[in-house]
Amino acid sequence: MNDSSVTLDSADAPVVAANEPIISIDDLSFSYDLGKTNTLRNISLDIPAGKVTAFIGPSGCGKSTLLRCLNRMNDLVDTAKVTTGKINILGQDINAPDVEAIELRKHIGMVFQKYNPFPKSIYENVAYGLRVQGINNKSVLDQAVEESLQKSALWSEVKDRLNTSALGLSGGQQQRLCIARTIAVKPQIVLMDEPCSALDPIATARIEELIAELQQDFTIVIVTHNMQQATRVSDRTAFFYLGELIEYDETTNIFGNPKIKQTEDYVSGRFG
Amino acid sequence: MPESKTVSKNPFRASSRKQKVKDGLGVGVFAIFTYIIMACAVVIIGKITLDGLPVILKSEAPFINTEFFTKKTMTLNQFDTAEGEMVRMDNDDFYAFREKNPDAVINNHKTFSYAGGGIIGPIVGTFMLVIVCMIVSLFVGISAAIYLNEYARKGKTLNAIRLSIMNLAGVPSIVYGLFGAAFFVHSPFFPVFTNTPDWEKALFAMPLWPTDGYLSFQGWGESLLAGGLTLAVMALPVIIAACEESLKAVPKGFREASLALGATKWQCIRTAVLPYAAPGILTASVLGITRVAGETAPIMFTAAVAGKDKLPWEDAQGTGLYWISDMMTQSVQALPYHIYVVTGKLPDDPALKNMQYGSVFVFLLLVISIAMVSVFLRARFRKKLKW
Repeated sequence: MNDSSVTLDSADAPVVAANEPIISIDDLSFSYDLGKTNTLRNISLDIPAGKVTAFIGPSGCGKSTLLRCLNRMNDLVDTAKVTTGKINILGQDINAPDVEAIELRKHIGMVFQKYNPFPKSIYENVAYGLRVQGINNKSVLDQAVEESLQKSALWSEVKDRLNTSALGLSGGQQQRLCIARTIAVKPQIVLMDEPCSALDPIATARIEELIAELQQDFTIVIVTHNMQQATRVSDRTAFFYLGELIEYDETTNIFGNPKIKQTEDYVSGRFG
Repeated sequence: MPESKTVSKNPFRASSRKQKVKDGLGVGVFAIFTYIIMACAVVIIGKITLDGLPVILKSEAPFINTEFFTKKTMTLNQFDTAEGEMVRMDNDDFYAFREKNPDAVINNHKTFSYAGGGIIGPIVGTFMLVIVCMIVSLFVGISAAIYLNEYARKGKTLNAIRLSIMNLAGVPSIVYGLFGAAFFVHSPFFPVFTNTPDWEKALFAMPLWPTDGYLSFQGWGESLLAGGLTLAVMALPVIIAACEESLKAVPKGFREASLALGATKWQCIRTAVLPYAAPGILTASVLGITRVAGETAPIMFTAAVAGKDKLPWEDAQGTGLYWISDMMTQSVQALPYHIYVVTGKLPDDPALKNMQYGSVFVFLLLVISIAMVSVFLRARFRKKLKW
């Protein structure tokens, strides 16, 4: 992997040049109750490869829902349904009948709001994604674990206690471990659902630094409540309100020169 | 306001005596009921221990009445010797005594069935029933709970299934007994491996070439299998409910993390859910099984007999599969049924007391120790898996 393009491990995977849309969402409406009410309405946006894109908006605006549409985590809800529109990732409609959500999720990792390492050793946590793919070769795993932990800036802190429980780590370390676990399977896109909301400012700062570094290898989509965070980490920002995309632009424009009144009110703290 | 008044008055005084008395009364009532329950438990267990302990202990080494645990149940003889001393001995000892002293005077000779010897038969029977029950009910119960909790779509059907499972828990045990008798004992759908099919009962028997045996669909009769499965059916509602609770207690984050890493549903359940639900599942299931192990009604028509000279494996015929099949289709003695026989079925007599209290005490020890093992296991697991 290098700065200018994002590739899959497998030879047949399409390559998306940096700044070209890797995810393109077209007129997407989504419902949690089989189409009776739409949680997301007519959303269209393109997310460029190799960039950090932030979703902001008040609680309940649908930003997390949209994020979970991207790796089809909403499949876990029995009554979830895409009512209209399409999500194309790497040129493939991800809701097409011949798309296997499990394969999709191997390419699109996710980091959750509440850090959720398994009650296993640090090593096993990072190796988990590879193990479920049937990779059990010790040297391959060792290498992947070290590489991922190094990329997530955790290696120096945990290298001497890889076999101790992950739950012995601090909150910030646990969240970085979850990031390491996610990037160990070498996804192209990493989705982050308010990754810092359970962390203190120092741990948050470390995660933000990490996001800046990870940007070199992955396309990152981050949902955040914290507007300063969006300005610090993201290249582009999308503002959502009540299930609709209000404005989507370069982050500097959204916060410095918003075109729509609602956006301006929100980013200047007048509501939300 | 004059200063002296504000100083002398305690602002934190109870607002009224009445309120205080009411409050105290409430606490008192709750406490009294709690202590009444405790007293009941102490009296019951105390009485059983006081009368049961002497049966399994003796005054000389090794201080434990091993015969009570190793001898089979047999008839108890009670008679008066020439000196007028009342003596009780089981059939084995009685015949040995008669052989040794053919001229001994025996007055007022009375016999009591099933009240002499030991209880190896009931102990073994209960153990084997519990093992059959455990294997079947854990396997079926855990599978059903995983399906209901992890796979099944939420909706009316699922609610209906849950409701019917809950209702099953309320079915009286005797009904399970009758169901077991009709289904496992008398219906001919269940096959046995045998050299000598019962042609009268069998639907059909499939010859198993090259051996000269058959797979005969003739039903299991009153047997370990029938009894164990009846107990398993009875334990299922409790086990399913307990497993579902344990599965629900596993944080959703584990499932999401696992699935987001590209695990299949089954991989997710196997590696990110079951290991963390296992302690709860195990403990609750073992407790559920302990409960049904103490039931009499489900086994009295399906497995248990009052007296039996041979243990299941001593009576089994044939070799290999045939031997196992024959052993599993033996009827057995079982502790709860044995207790029922020696206390409820026989006319009461002081001569029965030892057998009654001895059996009850051993049974209690057995059940408590199984429960303790499960509690101990849970504590061990909990220490290892905390989140």
